[in-house]
Amino acid sequence: MPKIDLTVNVRHEPGGKAVPTSIIWEDGRVFAVDRVLDVRKAASLKGGGLGVRYTCRILGKTVLLFNDDDSWFMEK
Amino acid sequence: MRTILHVDLNNFYASVECLYLPELRNVPAAVAGNPANRHGIILAKNMLAKKLGVRTGEALWEAQGKAPGLVTVPPDFAKYLRFSRLARRIYYDYTDQVEPFGIDECWLDVTGSLHLFGSGEEIANAIRVRIREELGVTVSVGVSFNKIFAKLGSDLKKPDATTLITSENFRETVWPLPVEDLLYVGRSTARKLHNFGLATIGSLARVDVEFLTKTLGKWGEVLWLFANGLDSSPVRRIEERAAVKSIGNGTTCPRDLLDNEDARLVFTVLSESVAARLRDYGLKCTGVQIYLRDNRLYSCTRQARLRAPSYLSTVILDKAMEIFTASYAWQRPLRSIGVRALDLVTEKDHLQLSLFEEFEQHEEQREALEHTIDAIRGRFGHGSLLRASCLLDGRLTGFNPKEDHVIHPVSFFK
Repeated sequence: MPKIDLTVNVRHEPGGKAVPTSIIWEDGRVFAVDRVLDVRKAASLKGGGLGVRYTCRILGKTVLLFNDDDSWFMEK
Repeated sequence: MRTILHVDLNNFYASVECLYLPELRNVPAAVAGNPANRHGIILAKNMLAKKLGVRTGEALWEAQGKAPGLVTVPPDFAKYLRFSRLARRIYYDYTDQVEPFGIDECWLDVTGSLHLFGSGEEIANAIRVRIREELGVTVSVGVSFNKIFAKLGSDLKKPDATTLITSENFRETVWPLPVEDLLYVGRSTARKLHNFGLATIGSLARVDVEFLTKTLGKWGEVLWLFANGLDSSPVRRIEERAAVKSIGNGTTCPRDLLDNEDARLVFTVLSESVAARLRDYGLKCTGVQIYLRDNRLYSCTRQARLRAPSYLSTVILDKAMEIFTASYAWQRPLRSIGVRALDLVTEKDHLQLSLFEEFEQHEEQREALEHTIDAIRGRFGHGSLLRASCLLDGRLTGFNPKEDHVIHPVSFFK
């Protein structure tokens, strides 16, 4: 399964900027997003979909989070 | 000299489906209608299916013969419209002169943006990269100095490629191509041209224009101008909504129509859709045309005028049935039928009143009634209010042409 649908906590800032702050894993564990490295519109060829892509640092790993019309998924 | 881009989304429906379903990418796949409703034709196919010879528009069984194991998915037009909008938003970053031609093609006039973004070719490449990365589908772009050659160029190299046709090289690149590649050279024009020994665009360009006007009428001159790169039609801004010339709906029925009653049921659904779309545009029609195609695929159209402009479904339906009963004697069962509203005028247009008939009061009441129906359907959905006749045969009438309606390329000469 290259595409993982996720619950994501997002901070909506004035001006319309949305920043993911943490993700909730399938088993209920919560992982904080340590840093957002890059934000851009992109397609996910591996996951199958498109949207705003957040390149995030979580537990020292680089993770790609996609916001496709406000439903979030992760590319593995 | 202008710089015009024609951007064509490659295998559009199939590419979108392949993006969402990555497992389709490595098998021959196609988007196809539902054969149970006799809409089973190929709407789009991916590159693997294309290599096996699957062609757009052919029947599903033909395609499956060529490509055993062909995976088909049903079309999802809402998704395609979203992609089309997203792609257009990218085009708008480079110019405000964007003219869509169907759902998957656009002309862009970038003449005024060259000093900002570089040459036409550079803009074309930038758009290609962005579409690939942001939308995950590919486009082919034709860059030229008029719309006709730009469109021709986008067809030359596929997928994900830029083709440049300049005023210097078009004689070498465009002229050797078969004359059918030119926009608006269809089957019958091509046949005529071939009869004169005009097989390539170049031979068409070099022939005497008066000879063409004599044989093909005014189209001859238009095609001659196209072939010589002299097309000067502008790229229209999208806001300049082209005046609608006619509004029509047609359908291929799930089963053949056998008698007037069947035809009336389908005409009812189609007339309602045509009338509702007329009201949306604030237009009335003064003529009605019907389209018939029998089960041997022979087709014809018949038309007649209305007594007064109207956008009432009952008026359009009655007229359609009147034309139909007068012109069709059920030589064969019918496979497809359509209704079209012609000679449109604005709804507030002046009206020639009749001295002899009582008509206006009635008409106003009926208009109010149909507007009310529109409002109810707008709020609660199309199925919330139906004619009782729609219950007679749910298979024949169970479609909604107004909302299922898909955008097709409209005429180049708007």
